Amino acid sequence: MEKALHIKNLGKTYDNGFTALKGIDLEVEVGDFFALLGPNGAGKSTTIGILSSLVRKTTGQVSIMGQDIDVNFSAAKKFLGLVPQEFNFNVFEPVVEIVVNQAGYYGINRKTAFVRAEKYLRELGLWEKRHEMARNLSGGMKRRLMIARALVHEPQILILDEPTAGVDIEIRRSMWAFLRKINAAGTTIILTTHYLEEAENLCPNIAIIDGGELIENTSMKQLLTQLHTETFVLDLVGQLDAAPDLPGFVCRLLDSHTLEVDIERGSQVNDLFSVLDGHGIRVNSLRSKTNRLEQLFVNIVESGRAVEAQA
Amino acid sequence: MTLSEQYIAFKTIVIKEILRFSRIWLQTILPPVITTALYFIIFGKLIGPQIGQVQGYNYIDYIVPGLIMMAVITNSYANVVSSFYGAKFQHNIEEMLISPTPNYIILLGYITGGVCRGLSVGIAVTAVAWFFSDLSFTHVLVIISTVLLTAILFSITGLINGVYAKSFDDISIIPTFVLTPLTYLGGVFYSIDMLSSFWQNASLLNPILYMVSAFRYGFLGVSDIPLSTSYLIIVGFIIVLFQASLHLLNKGRGLRS
Repeated sequence: MEKALHIKNLGKTYDNGFTALKGIDLEVEVGDFFALLGPNGAGKSTTIGILSSLVRKTTGQVSIMGQDIDVNFSAAKKFLGLVPQEFNFNVFEPVVEIVVNQAGYYGINRKTAFVRAEKYLRELGLWEKRHEMARNLSGGMKRRLMIARALVHEPQILILDEPTAGVDIEIRRSMWAFLRKINAAGTTIILTTHYLEEAENLCPNIAIIDGGELIENTSMKQLLTQLHTETFVLDLVGQLDAAPDLPGFVCRLLDSHTLEVDIERGSQVNDLFSVLDGHGIRVNSLRSKTNRLEQLFVNIVESGRAVEAQA
Repeated sequence: MTLSEQYIAFKTIVIKEILRFSRIWLQTILPPVITTALYFIIFGKLIGPQIGQVQGYNYIDYIVPGLIMMAVITNSYANVVSSFYGAKFQHNIEEMLISPTPNYIILLGYITGGVCRGLSVGIAVTAVAWFFSDLSFTHVLVIISTVLLTAILFSITGLINGVYAKSFDDISIIPTFVLTPLTYLGGVFYSIDMLSSFWQNASLLNPILYMVSAFRYGFLGVSDIPLSTSYLIIVGFIIVLFQASLHLLNKGRGLRS
């Protein structure tokens, strides 16, 4: 089956000698909602830059929907919509013109462009702002404008580079709903984000890049099974002077009312409550200490760096 | 991209450019009209009568073509350099770069935008000139072809400046220190016959002299330079600079890393 994205041995060394990518291999299936994660400077934006032609690769091959970018980049570009990390539109242009002009650069006539601009601006809640200069939009609106602009030529692959950075929770969730909708309609989505909750919620498949190398490429489900423990924070009814000794669980007393407990994979929260009951400890409420993927992400990146340091 | 898709992309860039300078007409169209009107008043009406005739024409009638050409040159150049560098500065040039639009279409789109502004200002200045002088259009085709070719040439040079520019200072250095002196010394206000033979020969190195002379020939029928030489120089510069600017875009100079 044709891949939405096929990357083989992709390398990039900039003119200043910095090697941003050290030969990564990556495949994304058609229709996937794929997370590309990594710490700052890992090589995510360089990868996206190469896909969108803003960065020239040093080595390797890239095919977008079967089109080799070395053979016919023009055809490959038609399949791709890009929502970059930084705002990159003319802030002195009206919203609707930004979207319509983008369609024009893809050879879509102005009449069709206006119809599509209306469709996407309405879906993203920007139609009422269509005559506003882009500089007058809020941060969240500017992000949505970039999504509308990226979709106006109706690409088969949408790349979003940290699309919800600086966006409040309500708008972030509405953007998630919108992205799920277009993914369900067939658009392949590749997402980079620092909100790991976002990746965990949206993406069934994930790759992690660090130091220009691909250090993980698997399904989200498979990745999360690597978690050995999950930590819960318990708000206690009474007070404790010291962490209790609970068989099968590691506990830390954060303060007299708050207990932190590690639960091994395979154990159940019910077991914990049984043990707590046995010790006469009553619990008001419970919450997970960290996002599961966040913990795993830190573990994977740190262990990769430790191995590199030893070598 | 098919040819019709390329034409749509070209039209999109041109419309965007026209809307851009029309939206800020107070900064783009009006100032050159006022400046040129002041030239007409000061050099044409106040000082001109004391200068007398140049090549058989009243001084104001003699300088009108040069002043129109000066406005066209400055505005064609300014439109492309400011628009292209502005797009680089705000990164919205990436809208075009990530699209399948070929580089030569991007180049042609910006050139046409610059030509449109140059001609708009040229027409506005010509209209003002009518109030101050007896305009004659002796060779209309020469007028149209010269102004068009000159606007194309300076749109291309504006784009090359925009490609190399790394700051807003860089887009004002060339117009201030190169373009303006060359224009003033390019026979706008005088005939090179009035200069010593050394300065006459030195003036021949100034490409703007050829444009102003050909344009003046279109209006008055007199010129410092043979018409064919002017066309050859202008077209030669256009071919060389077009190739150079296309090469810069293809290399992604200052645009792709």
